[in-house]
Amino acid sequence: MIDKGTYVRIRKTIFEPKERSKNLPKETALVPFKMWVKGFLEEDADLFDIVTIKTITGRYETGRLKEATPPYKHSYGDFIPEILELRDIIKNDMYGDENE
Amino acid sequence: MICMVMKMSNKYQELMNQKNEIMKTSIGLDYNKYEIEGIGFDFEYMMNDQGYDIEKIVKIQNENMIGNTPLVELKNITNYARKYAKKGYGARIFLKDEAANISGSFKARRAVLAVNQAKELGFKGIIAATSGNYGAAVAALAAKAGLKCIIVQECFDSRNVSQPEILEKARKCEAYGAEVVQLSVGPELFYQFLKLIGETGYFNASLYSPYGVKGIETLGHEIAEELMEKIGKYPEVVVVTNAGGGNLTGTARGLKDAGATETLVIGASVNLYGLHMASDIDFNRKSFTTGHTGFGIPFAVFPDRSDVPRSAARPLRYMDKYVMVNQGSVFFMTEALAILEGMERGPAGNTSLAAAFSLAQTMKDNEIIVVQETEYTGAGKHILPQLSFARKNGVELKFGDPRKEIPGQNIIIPQDGSYLCHQNIDLNDLKKTYLKRYKDMVLSSLDFKYLSEELRIDIEEVKELMK
Repeated sequence: MIDKGTYVRIRKTIFEPKERSKNLPKETALVPFKMWVKGFLEEDADLFDIVTIKTITGRYETGRLKEATPPYKHSYGDFIPEILELRDIIKNDMYGDENE
Repeated sequence: MICMVMKMSNKYQELMNQKNEIMKTSIGLDYNKYEIEGIGFDFEYMMNDQGYDIEKIVKIQNENMIGNTPLVELKNITNYARKYAKKGYGARIFLKDEAANISGSFKARRAVLAVNQAKELGFKGIIAATSGNYGAAVAALAAKAGLKCIIVQECFDSRNVSQPEILEKARKCEAYGAEVVQLSVGPELFYQFLKLIGETGYFNASLYSPYGVKGIETLGHEIAEELMEKIGKYPEVVVVTNAGGGNLTGTARGLKDAGATETLVIGASVNLYGLHMASDIDFNRKSFTTGHTGFGIPFAVFPDRSDVPRSAARPLRYMDKYVMVNQGSVFFMTEALAILEGMERGPAGNTSLAAAFSLAQTMKDNEIIVVQETEYTGAGKHILPQLSFARKNGVELKFGDPRKEIPGQNIIIPQDGSYLCHQNIDLNDLKKTYLKRYKDMVLSSLDFKYLSEELRIDIEEVKELMK
């Protein structure tokens, strides 16, 4: 159970595929148009319940509860060996043999 | 079910029909005032009618930690470019470090006027549709002005996967206290945006309003004035990353206003030919979310496709040349800027730097080329996560001839500096596309005059291009 007042993230379908705008690429036309919003839970709820939240600007939105206390997960990514190679290329271009 | 569908599409259409009314209220600007008989409108009247002259803009920006950013001579990168230039060639490359603005990009110059206008008109909040630096700029300045703020992002594909750069921008907007509404891929963003404006009554900080463009005029001014003071002349060339056209329009207007009327303004975009901007699949197969041809070209050939009735961003009025570089070249220059100049900056802002590296080689060594922006960098918005993300999404990463890059399939990093080169986009082709819209219309002499101003060619040339 997730307590009322918890900061959460919800998802809402705005348009089903059939309701979507015309002239979309095929792959986009096949999938629903969705929205994600964060805010404070108005009532106690379980994950995947349909809930109402109050957003940081004071708006109310209703949607499916997807995540409680959502963290930021973006990062500096995986190790990319090509970047070391690229640095080498630039240094060799600039300084040639001195670089060795 | 069919009834439901009909009802829903009616709802969509109903809201779209109110577009002009909603936009008028939310920008506090009656565009009808600037319309002239026929197809055109009075662009200069619209730009000069908002009560913002250059002194007032400078004052507002100074008070908000915007502008007077360092103009740095990139001596090492200049020497690097000269290695591949003919004797006597290889222009001096200068870089305007716009990452020094509040919120980390030149977009603060644009956002501050929208925020100022919203505040003056008594709005309680401000809203903008953007996945990029503009959102962070609006959010930061709204925070400073005590306005509520909502940023609407196109963010996820149908697998709920988002570009790391967009996620970082969401974090930054939230760090300034804004609400971020994230949407899946598709033009229906505009529907949701209108709905939110209607619901909240907030000010629409459109990038295409006169405020959104006039704010950049100071950037052109600063470049012209600083170079005149330091070097004793205006630059021969200023390269501007081009997407919606506002950056280019504003910079060019500022340069001209400051007296640099001979300076060539060159637009540069990342080549994303072949990728569809509304495609759920292509969305995460690109490494640049703006500054690319997917925005640059459609907005150049039809500026009024934007979210306001008449866009203030009209790049064909100012662009002297338009070039593109591939994704791999921008990553190359991002790394070069870090390891040769000690400046670690976000990749997207380095599009014009990549173009300048190549363009400088076509210019004499006593000439000056200015790259007019950089942007902040951080988790998500950096060469590492962006290349890592591309690889995870099936995009091949390799070294070679960047001209062979196929957007969405591979990223080709130049195998050495000599391979880094720009490609020209034919401005006449763009002008022809612009004119197609009017092909079957009977045009008056007033209409031709307008088209000639829009495309910066004489009326005879307009007629020739329409054939």
